[in-house]
Amino acid sequence: MPSQEKILHIKGIKTHFPVRKGLLRTVAAHVKAVDGVDLEIYRGETLGLVGESGCGKTTLGKSIIQLVEAVSGQILYYEGEQTFDLLNLSPEEFKHIRQKIQIVFQDPHSSLNPAFTVFGSLQDPLKLYGVKTKAERRKIIGDLLEAVNMRREQMDNYPHEFSGGQRQRIGIARALCVNPEIVICDEAVSALDVSIQAQVLQLLQEIKEARGLTYIFITHDLSVVEYISDRVAVMYLGKIVELAESEALYRTPRHPYTQALLSAIPIADLDRKSERIVLEGDVPNPVSPPSGCAFHPRCPKFKSLSEPEKQHCMGESPQLSDATQLTQPHLVSCHYPN
Amino acid sequence: MSADQKVLSVKNLKTYIYVNNRCNKALDGVSFDVYRGKTLCIVGESGCGKSITASSITQLLPKLSRIESGEIIYHSEKGDICIDQLERNGPEMRALRGAEISMIFQDPMTALNPVYRIGAQISEGLKYHSKNTLAQLKQISIELLQQMGIPLAAQRVEDYSHQFSGGMRQRAMIAMAMSCKPKILIADEPTTALDVTIQAQIFELIDELKQRHNTAVILITHDMGVVAELADHVAVMYMGNIVEQGTIDDVLRRPAHPYTEALLKSIPILGKGKQQQIIPIQGSTPDPYQRPKGCQFEPRCPYATEQCQIFPDSQPISGTHEALCWHSEKVLSHA
Repeated sequence: MPSQEKILHIKGIKTHFPVRKGLLRTVAAHVKAVDGVDLEIYRGETLGLVGESGCGKTTLGKSIIQLVEAVSGQILYYEGEQTFDLLNLSPEEFKHIRQKIQIVFQDPHSSLNPAFTVFGSLQDPLKLYGVKTKAERRKIIGDLLEAVNMRREQMDNYPHEFSGGQRQRIGIARALCVNPEIVICDEAVSALDVSIQAQVLQLLQEIKEARGLTYIFITHDLSVVEYISDRVAVMYLGKIVELAESEALYRTPRHPYTQALLSAIPIADLDRKSERIVLEGDVPNPVSPPSGCAFHPRCPKFKSLSEPEKQHCMGESPQLSDATQLTQPHLVSCHYPN
Repeated sequence: MSADQKVLSVKNLKTYIYVNNRCNKALDGVSFDVYRGKTLCIVGESGCGKSITASSITQLLPKLSRIESGEIIYHSEKGDICIDQLERNGPEMRALRGAEISMIFQDPMTALNPVYRIGAQISEGLKYHSKNTLAQLKQISIELLQQMGIPLAAQRVEDYSHQFSGGMRQRAMIAMAMSCKPKILIADEPTTALDVTIQAQIFELIDELKQRHNTAVILITHDMGVVAELADHVAVMYMGNIVEQGTIDDVLRRPAHPYTEALLKSIPILGKGKQQQIIPIQGSTPDPYQRPKGCQFEPRCPYATEQCQIFPDSQPISGTHEALCWHSEKVLSHA
């Protein structure tokens, strides 16, 4: 069970990418990929991060491990009595933190170096974190491969000799080899066939229980997120629009976007056909998001509002706040939630 | 016009692909029927032969491949046409392709030509299959785009594909496929590259068009959720065979093949929460060049026995339902 002990606190993080134009490559605008996200992550939980393509979920994940640089905000990592601000680290601290937070990438075909054997790919982090002899490294990597249901001997094979599911297992083993506390799974099962997807999902669950890990599970597949997560955050255009316990979010979604998203998913169960809310139009361009609430041009509820209420939605961006006042917080960013 | 009129029958179709002096039996005896105004979903994992089925019907197969045996019969209004007997790019095939049988491809970005305007691409089929003036063609493309729900269609028809978003490109593809009012529409994973909210829009559109023109739809997908929402009939494929087919109720409620049963158990279902049990299928799909001797699913199958070393015959379960398994009785009683 997840504890109430915070492990990561994301405060107002913003990640913007410059759009350059013209002969002098001057900055013409910014893509606001992540635009002010607040999030607390507790030790031992699985937080699902969902949204459509371009909503900033991957950028948020990459900002946490600093593969991309955030422009403002704070990410605090708690370890015992110590607190680290991930955006202001000394080189030694940075090396220490890198070990604690690891990532599993989406595409198992492009995330492994084809010129290295599995052992070659996995031994570098071990070298860096002080495993001196080769024999020791071989033992650790062998154990890891067994932990992800592969054979020890397979460490001397090259990536092309493996299937997609096996490569993803190697990706997981690589993330685990430095004993991290937090693992970010960025669409870790999306590229896999359904029968293999179930194997990898179950493996991730087992590893989490055995090692007491915390997962940030980024995906666009809401059925997978429901199965694996304790809490779920829904993102739209760089902001979190709803954050709640997984069960509460799926049973009583408060934000009109979450409702539409859930109703749009085809369900493999003939007995439960839901009324589908079909959203109009596409996700707006994150270079120039709509004024006020970014969702209002597509919002099905917006149309039924009165004129002053519409002005409110168009003028003021809603804050993420507790909608229910129940024991478990159910945060939603909407002026007129359901 | 009766409701369940056949428009296409595929009988014991075998399509082999030859690469590097090796032969991949991509389709190894596939039979199914498609009915007017109904949706047939072909579902399976990557490499099972579902796309090859589609390209066999439209004769858009890769160069080094051939239909070895079997029949593809298109029941047109003027009588039956054996598609497999036609020359790949001969005049008869070209008269069918686009006009009577058309196709929506998976990735709208690569399927659209970046150097032609959208309008020109939509009306290209009509240009060959009908006698319209250029002005009429343009008018028809605008109307088609409007039907697909694209705003400002009169201006958008002049755009290039890079100016469209993913969902709009797929709509343009559908407009192109529907331009000649085909009798059969083949959609090969039409929404895999799209987000769920856009996917919902596209499915609503295909369903509406199907009802309006009484088109038969063959929808190829890997998503059981899509099958449950859209299909009238389902064919489950594994390693070049249809292992089970029937109406949607038959297959999803009473799976008779171990693969279908296992597949349904291995996917998390929305709304069932964290308590649901998902059971992965053991192992992985075999190498197509080193196939198991008998039943293709035998090495991964929990029901496997000695008998499975022999390739199974199709076992009828009911009038509409059949499975390619020696043990379908046992699977049925188990579920």
